[in-house]
Amino acid sequence: MSGASHAVAAPPARPRSALVVAGIIFAALALIPIVAEFAGGAYLTSLAVRAMILAIVAISLDLLMGHGGLVSFGHSAFVAIGAYAAGIMLTEGVYEITLILPVAMGAAALFALASGAVCMRTSGVSFIMITLAFGQMVYFALGSLAQYGADDGLTIWSAPDALGTKWLASKTGVYVTVLIALVGTWALVHRITGSRFGRVLRAARQNPVRVSSMGYSVFRYRLTAYVIAGMIAAVAGVLWATHAAFVSPSLGSWQRSGDLIVMVVLGGMATRNGALIGALFFIVIEEVLSSITHDWRLIFGPLLILIALYARGGLVGLLDRIQGDRT
Amino acid sequence: MSTTLILIQILNGLQLGVILFLIAAGLTLVFGVMGFINLAHGVQYMVGAYLAYWGYGVTGSFVLALLMALPLALLMGLVLEFLVFRHLYDRDHLSQVLATFGVILFLNQLAKVIFGPASLSVPPPEFLDFSFTLIDGLLYPAYRIAVIVAGLLVALILWLVITRTRVGMLIRAGATNPDMVSALGVNVRQLFLIVFGFGAMLAGFAGVMAAPIFSVEPGMGDNLLIVAFVVIIIGGAGSIRGAFVAALLVGLVDTLGRTLVTDGLRLVMDASSANQIGPAIASMLIYVLMALVLFWRPEGLFAARAAR
Amino acid sequence: MNKFAMTLAAGLLGLGTAAMAEVKVGMIVTLSGPPAALGQQAVDGFKLAMDDLDGKLGGHDATLIVEDDELKPEVALSKANSLVESAEADFVVGTIFSNMLQAVFRPVTESETFLISPNAGPSTFAGRNCNPYFFVTSYQNNQNAEVMGAHAQAAGYKKVFMIAPNYQAGRDNMEGFRMHYEGEIVDEVYVPLGHQDYSAEIARIATSDADAVFAFTPGGMGVRFVRQFRDSGLADKVQFMSVFTTDETTLPAQKEAAEGFLAAGNWAPDTATDASKAFVAAFEAKYGYVPGGYAMQAYDAAMLINSAVEAVGGDLSDKDAVRAALEAADFTSLRGDFSFNTNHYPVQDFYQLSVAEREDGAWVTSVGEKIFDDYGDSFAEECSM
Repeated sequence: MSGASHAVAAPPARPRSALVVAGIIFAALALIPIVAEFAGGAYLTSLAVRAMILAIVAISLDLLMGHGGLVSFGHSAFVAIGAYAAGIMLTEGVYEITLILPVAMGAAALFALASGAVCMRTSGVSFIMITLAFGQMVYFALGSLAQYGADDGLTIWSAPDALGTKWLASKTGVYVTVLIALVGTWALVHRITGSRFGRVLRAARQNPVRVSSMGYSVFRYRLTAYVIAGMIAAVAGVLWATHAAFVSPSLGSWQRSGDLIVMVVLGGMATRNGALIGALFFIVIEEVLSSITHDWRLIFGPLLILIALYARGGLVGLLDRIQGDRT
Repeated sequence: MSTTLILIQILNGLQLGVILFLIAAGLTLVFGVMGFINLAHGVQYMVGAYLAYWGYGVTGSFVLALLMALPLALLMGLVLEFLVFRHLYDRDHLSQVLATFGVILFLNQLAKVIFGPASLSVPPPEFLDFSFTLIDGLLYPAYRIAVIVAGLLVALILWLVITRTRVGMLIRAGATNPDMVSALGVNVRQLFLIVFGFGAMLAGFAGVMAAPIFSVEPGMGDNLLIVAFVVIIIGGAGSIRGAFVAALLVGLVDTLGRTLVTDGLRLVMDASSANQIGPAIASMLIYVLMALVLFWRPEGLFAARAAR
Repeated sequence: MNKFAMTLAAGLLGLGTAAMAEVKVGMIVTLSGPPAALGQQAVDGFKLAMDDLDGKLGGHDATLIVEDDELKPEVALSKANSLVESAEADFVVGTIFSNMLQAVFRPVTESETFLISPNAGPSTFAGRNCNPYFFVTSYQNNQNAEVMGAHAQAAGYKKVFMIAPNYQAGRDNMEGFRMHYEGEIVDEVYVPLGHQDYSAEIARIATSDADAVFAFTPGGMGVRFVRQFRDSGLADKVQFMSVFTTDETTLPAQKEAAEGFLAAGNWAPDTATDASKAFVAAFEAKYGYVPGGYAMQAYDAAMLINSAVEAVGGDLSDKDAVRAALEAADFTSLRGDFSFNTNHYPVQDFYQLSVAEREDGAWVTSVGEKIFDDYGDSFAEECSM
């Protein structure tokens, strides 16, 4: 995209402090079920689960947006694919999560390969729009699955088994699993972006011509990133289906994809914790504001504008600057 | 499927296309000239419709409401430009997305707070309150003809402005090579302000014209915004000609698709499956069209800018 | 758990039921986006009932917590958790839309909290998946369409053209219409949800030589369709019948465009019971608009809760007793006859309605012929409860 050249470059790496921040966030998330025993109850944990699942998706999207310069406006389609894979299998009597996960990820990978091969021909705003197109196709296709609830969605009556155990039928089990998945995703994505693969991806964002003249296939690197991000999102979809016991096509709507983009930009793209913080902030602020007034968007809207105007590099950029001022 | 029905559907498709063009025209200018992604464009369409509703309530005349709505829509665009957008021109697209997303949330909610959540309606002007008979028993309201005519007029005026005037020349130049334009000493800020205000007014005009046909409600512009983006991407960003052709194309494909796909499927499968799958495919058609166009011509049909 | 501890403590202190100071009702309805008008009606209807009861339910102090599901399943889910877990609501009243109900259904009923729907009545929970903690004060979703079909049959329409949005409720309503209608369905058309321009569909109706059209186009879709249908001149030739299309939430925008159009339902603002007349007058005085079925059903939901709390003397810990009290439906429904079927969906009378202008200039639906007496849904037999 034309904006990429002067896009907010990743702020100077501060790997140690970023690790500390992430550590604090994960520790806080791990403490929530204990806090919930005293105040907030299952509401608090369910909110946290929702925020964590969104954070997983946002982190996977940041791999595309922040590092690959590929702004996907159809990323929620992969969540929906994962969620429906789980929903349909659970309805059809396949309860084992170790079977559901590979199928969901495989389905997402196949769709990512097929659609990605087309999308990668374009760049910039065209890329945004063509990913939107594929996302909408998934959305409408899921809405026409009459035997699986069509547009109303599908209530899932039984939780998946985890290696024959009922671990995922308990709220604690789901919570711990989602938290592990989040930490795993965070680590995996940072492993990827720190590797040669990640460097090529970022270089291709800055200057695709130079990268391809160096003998790398930009197309292949980008497509690989697209498939990986899609598979991670599908895992989040499976987790969502397990947590909510309900899936619906709206999981894959363009509004949801838009929310995800906003989360990533809000947090700060291509930073270690931007997508994570962006997703958590988005959910928390939405919850806090909507508890004050039903017209909370009157506050949230201007807040987003202010962040866009004054917080270059998103929340993480803001945090870094505050920290920078102090030191 | 009779020929008469197809002809009527072509007329309906054209009319949808014209409304899409009115929205897409402003969007493609703002995007093409300034490289600015304005998600709030759809909400400016909604503002136009609400202004029409409010103006009609105050004056009791649609024409007066229209005349009041246009400058107010322009003013609204200028205020937004001054408060928000001008600070984002040299920023990356995603900051623009974030900020204009915030504008959408705010204005949609504000509309709900002020006018309530229910759908509202505005009657067409009285002198257009008559109909043409298309076939026995089916009338075509004169107002819809007026919308088509107004859309074509706007297209013509835009074309004249862009090809025949100094501002138009600057806009064309700005769409092709913005750096060169400012290097030549043109006040780009001012040009942007003009384009932006004008774009907002066009969206507002589309909203006013659509109010008597559709219903006025919060969030009414959100889905149309996506379709308008589809139009400008198919047409090629920054190209008025492209927006015009693509808008008509999308209008026709969508309208005819909804009639033909299900009927076509019924020829090859049983009726209930066709009813099941047909509407889903019909809804996908414009996205398939866009994907195909982007696949063969990544810059759109009439790319204004050589390389983006 | 906390609730259990509280009850236990209260019991130990010998305070008994008097300590049950408060009845907590959580409400989850849609208050965002275009369909917010429906949710607002439900909220206002429920609040009016509480006003009529001096802010009490069953003689006990009551609090009402209203939550907006934003028409997003995940928001509905998290609000439901909030209501049953944090707020420890005794009753959850919701939702407006069936897909939102699906999202909140398991968390609410599995926490053994009574879920009372003031509108959504999907077939999903009426048959095999009926639930001891779930009650409906509206109808089974298909029933209004069944009534409309029965009327079309009786009135002798030979060819009907059907139109609905492309989602489950749309298909359910078309299915419902077919149940009692035996004439020819010349075509059925599904439009995208939120559809704007119906001229393509209207052209198809005009060329189909149907003598009646049956529509299910709720909310803003109905406003657009009805006005465009009227403008096309077809209304003089083709009888317009619909469900959820010309109601008190859409008529303020449709006005004379909907004149004489037929609908079907369990109630209308001119229903001639004393309770209903008083309700409509009080509602209009307080909120300044005409109540529709959504408000009426929410009002009834409040009265239902009121009757149950009273019957158990405020002791809401005995779930079986509360359930028995709810099943008894010992309250005066605004619509007249009302009782619960074995699946906790209502058994009630249904009428053909038509749109007319009231003396004060407001456009409303008006009760016509009674089509069904004590009508229950067909799914109840699959429910084993």
